[in-house]
Amino acid sequence: MSTAPHTSLTAHVMPIDIGEHVLRSGFIGQQPVLALADGQVVFVKEDGLTRTLPHGDAAILVAHIQHDQVLTGGEDGRVIRSLPDGSSSELGHEKGRWIDALTASPTGAMAWSTGKHITARDSKGEMRKREAPSTVQGLAFLPKGYRLAYSHYNGASLWFPNSEATPDSLEWKGSHIDISTSPDGRFVVTSMQENTLHGWRLSDKKDMRMSGYPAKIRSLSWSHDGEWLATSGAEAAVIWPFKDKDGPMGKPPRECGVRPAKITQVAFHPNALVLAIGYEDNCILLCRLTDAAELLVRVPVKGQGSITALAWDKTGKRMVFGTSEGAAGLLTLP
Amino acid sequence: MSEKIPVTVLTGYLGAGKTTLLNRILTEPHGKKFAVVVNEFGEVGIDNDLVVGADEEVFEMNNGCICCTVRGDLIRIIEGLMRRKGRFDGIIVETTGLADPAPVAQTFFVDQDVAEKTRLDAVVTVVDAKWLGERLKDAPEARNQIAFADVIILNKIDLVSPDELAAVEAQIRAINPYATLHRTERSAVSLDAVMGRNAFDLDRILDIEPDFLEPGHHHHHSAEIGSVAITVPGDINPDKFMPWINEFTQTHGPDILRCKGILSFMNEPKRFVFQGVHMILDGDLQRDWKPDELRQSKIVFIGRKLDRAMIEKAVEATRA
Repeated sequence: MSTAPHTSLTAHVMPIDIGEHVLRSGFIGQQPVLALADGQVVFVKEDGLTRTLPHGDAAILVAHIQHDQVLTGGEDGRVIRSLPDGSSSELGHEKGRWIDALTASPTGAMAWSTGKHITARDSKGEMRKREAPSTVQGLAFLPKGYRLAYSHYNGASLWFPNSEATPDSLEWKGSHIDISTSPDGRFVVTSMQENTLHGWRLSDKKDMRMSGYPAKIRSLSWSHDGEWLATSGAEAAVIWPFKDKDGPMGKPPRECGVRPAKITQVAFHPNALVLAIGYEDNCILLCRLTDAAELLVRVPVKGQGSITALAWDKTGKRMVFGTSEGAAGLLTLP
Repeated sequence: MSEKIPVTVLTGYLGAGKTTLLNRILTEPHGKKFAVVVNEFGEVGIDNDLVVGADEEVFEMNNGCICCTVRGDLIRIIEGLMRRKGRFDGIIVETTGLADPAPVAQTFFVDQDVAEKTRLDAVVTVVDAKWLGERLKDAPEARNQIAFADVIILNKIDLVSPDELAAVEAQIRAINPYATLHRTERSAVSLDAVMGRNAFDLDRILDIEPDFLEPGHHHHHSAEIGSVAITVPGDINPDKFMPWINEFTQTHGPDILRCKGILSFMNEPKRFVFQGVHMILDGDLQRDWKPDELRQSKIVFIGRKLDRAMIEKAVEATRA
């Protein structure tokens, strides 16, 4: 058991009354944004909340928030870009389907999937389509070049949308859910149905198994220097070392933020080795990797659900979060 | 914690009347809202209800259990549906005519997140009274769907003679003597006949009474799907029984579609009940044995290649 955190930041959190399951949170510039499961995209402005409904009355299933736009995919099969001025535009429409996964690269490319079908859209708006061997569960761009990683049953694939070449396949038996690429592009990591992580070193496709979790790992976050991968799914944030050539192979992970509640969200600070940890009881801690010091951000409140969204702004001064029961808040570091 | 959302799995061979039943459930004035997971759009179109298309993607769990298959698409759909509370009162999963109901059912036991938020209410199978005989000859799926069912809707009875109806019922009972059977025309049954069944709820296992049409009408073609029911008077030793049932379902899991039991354990005032789907077993102590109740144990297996003599001998060996 960890001792109670010495310092509290709870006085620096501004609550936001959201009222619906928060799917994802983030910032457009300095402005906090929340994408809600019921279909709302909410911009948190100085003078209050601006609520928009980019998908009409349809629910949002997946969302990706970037410095200049909010991308959402809905039950209406539409992929929509929303801007802080309240305007929105449709980027894709898969009639009669749900959008299962959605991602974007910092350089303006994006991709989404429905069932086995993937659409990649480059920064100029050019679209390429591809069918995966089975339903695509996760999408992530590699940091360099226009290359997309997607997870599916029995592994993952790496695809250059502008090339006719068959995607490179990474094989491992089982159902792969979320996918993430390391900031240096050396590793691809997926979370699996059986409460494990699987990784591949791309240089030689060497497999890495990271197991021992009591629940599915639905949140992954890389440290700013790319040396650590923090994960949810246990009653401590499990942080794997990826600094060395071999990644975490043969090395034990670090653990921090041990509490008697499972972790649902993790988010590394954008320029320090500080991890924001969100729990199933809606508590939030900050944990400094160097000395394991903990700071309390949010005291758990009964009936407010689990932390489902957690994101820092670019400077690392502010963090916006939300829960499955519609609570949300904005932390501004003193 | 809010109550778990009930899920009804609707199966049936092509043309049996599944879509008619579904449309009937959705249009009846019951005031309930359902989310419906279908495989083909177009046939079901009710504004009030949420219809979701699925891919019926089945995969094996990586847990060393070869029959432990689940529906990956369903896990994802349920996750999406459950984020918005209060939108519906139940979920109906319609499978294609050729589908095996097991992966759908197992999804609700194997996936932690799905099991936390939903509960499997019952597997309902619609059967065509006119064509079942033919289907049983050429389609193993049809047999599977009957074997797996908690509720069987024997439909299109207006198209057969009383003798033909009796013959088809006998065929169904030879495969599954335990399901509740409703005879219908144009899939006309009341909503409570198919929903709110709690078929997988251990507390609802009240008795195991096979419904054989004629006494002694037991089919035991070993290679085919059938059932084996055993009654053991007196008490059973749990220290012998539990290892055996675990081992038996692990070894024969692929062939055991469903199993159910009410057991009298020695020195135990309460009844022990269990139920299972392939290798997945769920069991617990239930209510007290009543003073006037005969303490005995009843176990039933529905499956393929069940060796009655072997099972009887094994259960006999676990007696206290």
